[in-house]
Amino acid sequence: MSSDTLISVSHLSRFYGPICAVNDISFELKRGEVLGFLGPNGAGKSTTMQVLTGNLAPTAGAVSICGMDLLDRPKDAKAEIGYLPEQPPLYTEFTVDEYLRFCARLNRIRREGVDAAVARARERCGLGDVGRRLIANLSKGYQQRVGIAQAVIHSPSVVVLDEPTVGLDPIQIREIRKLIRELGEEHGVILSTHILPEVTMTCDHVQIINQGELVFNDSIENLTRKMDTDSFVLGCRRMPPTDTLAGIAGVTGVDAIDADHVRVHHAPDDNPAEAVAARAVKEDWGLFELSPERKSLEQIFVELTSMEHPADDTEEEAA
Amino acid sequence: MIWTLARRELHSMFLSPLAWSILAVIQLIMAMIFLTGFQQYYEVQAQLAMLETPPGVSEVVIGNLFQSTAFFLLLVIPLITMRIISGERRNRTLPLLFSAPVSMTEIVLGKFFGVVAFLAIMLAMLTLMPLSILFAGSIDFGMLASVLLGTFLLISAFAAAGVFISTLTREPVVAAVSTFGFLLFLWIIDFVAASSTMESDAELLRYISLLQHFDAMARGVFRSSDVIFYLLFIVTFLVLSIRRLDNDRLQH
Repeated sequence: MSSDTLISVSHLSRFYGPICAVNDISFELKRGEVLGFLGPNGAGKSTTMQVLTGNLAPTAGAVSICGMDLLDRPKDAKAEIGYLPEQPPLYTEFTVDEYLRFCARLNRIRREGVDAAVARARERCGLGDVGRRLIANLSKGYQQRVGIAQAVIHSPSVVVLDEPTVGLDPIQIREIRKLIRELGEEHGVILSTHILPEVTMTCDHVQIINQGELVFNDSIENLTRKMDTDSFVLGCRRMPPTDTLAGIAGVTGVDAIDADHVRVHHAPDDNPAEAVAARAVKEDWGLFELSPERKSLEQIFVELTSMEHPADDTEEEAA
Repeated sequence: MIWTLARRELHSMFLSPLAWSILAVIQLIMAMIFLTGFQQYYEVQAQLAMLETPPGVSEVVIGNLFQSTAFFLLLVIPLITMRIISGERRNRTLPLLFSAPVSMTEIVLGKFFGVVAFLAIMLAMLTLMPLSILFAGSIDFGMLASVLLGTFLLISAFAAAGVFISTLTREPVVAAVSTFGFLLFLWIIDFVAASSTMESDAELLRYISLLQHFDAMARGVFRSSDVIFYLLFIVTFLVLSIRRLDNDRLQH
């Protein structure tokens, strides 16, 4: 195993009684990677994260962190992990400094190093001037930051964040996303979310999980490629007849949208936009808009997560 | 690591008004009992002096004081231990401990020693009262040591049972009520023994009663079997707590 593989999960399954929450998942996380975990509610995101951080024992399969098996050497493995659960685990009767100092000691930071670690975590998470305030009196956004500070205080190799931006206002969300990107430079980060644009903004790698199974596991580039579709919208002041457009090489179909706009369909790997633009200039159509249409992440998400049901049916029929 | 956890537990307790009010109330009530006991002893001192082996002030006043303390703590300890685990479960702070590089044993021991440290502080403050007799006379230090050890072991046993019951639920109040019921049951079980007709049953019931083992020590009788009884009691409940917490990870 290369030293850059921080987490490797193989054939992980987790059952709650007869209910299967996670079914035979395998994946890896490399240093410097931000992995986004996407899925609808109840898909098994949180369960997977709880297993990764040692809060739940897997029913089957193995998790190893920096080459150390989580079940065989739990202490060494856990020392390399920082975890922010869905609800930040804060002792609200403490001040921010007291709490972070406790977390530092809990994560085996030597007494001499505690102050430095606390100062660094506070600075990274933008908690500069709230060190002496009671956690109970902080706003939700600041509490969330304290939660993140707690997860990164011992500079773990892997930071696991479960829905880190839930309940924050847009400005706080932007700041937290920026923080996650920064963390991703030194650590490996796994974050779960059901906010789709968040994934494209912060992650290098995406995994979509549905009903306990991985349905998509690829890089952001491949996801964006998947989002490219086979049509663009053309807007002209003097719209030519549809037949003219349909006659251009590569165009497979033309739909009128309104007087000035049409949707031009084409084969995914043969985009005639250039030819259309050239023609528009030559024949003076008054071109003012030519925008490729992309499938939204939502559409892909829905496609991937709802794809399962018919597949299941056919399997059952076949069996 | 156990020390870090115990210190946090103690710190948390003193950040809430609960710890301070418990300390204040118990000090006040025990001072009343101490002074009343002292007064009574003073009144009957003349008659006592005519006995062949008159009981000393230590035996009468100190024994009585710590027996009352033990009973009072039976009511109070469930309130201290109730939030130990169930409070964390309720506030969802347990993942912090579970995902840190500490073992379940360390978590349970840390929490238990946190409570025990608080009880030790309380006991130290109460001990100041019998020590104040030294201004006017002398006390039997052997007797004092025996009764202090007995009280300490007894309330540690209460705390161990409380910690275990706290691991069973996520509602602190349920934990408090159950712990109180359980401790009271173990306390009064020798009343049942007294009315039991079967001698062998009575023997067994008397043996598992927490009160029986304490009474001897409160009279200044030190038996290692009593000490071992309490230690076994504590270890049993701590092991059960560790198992119970481990089970949290296996099943939900």
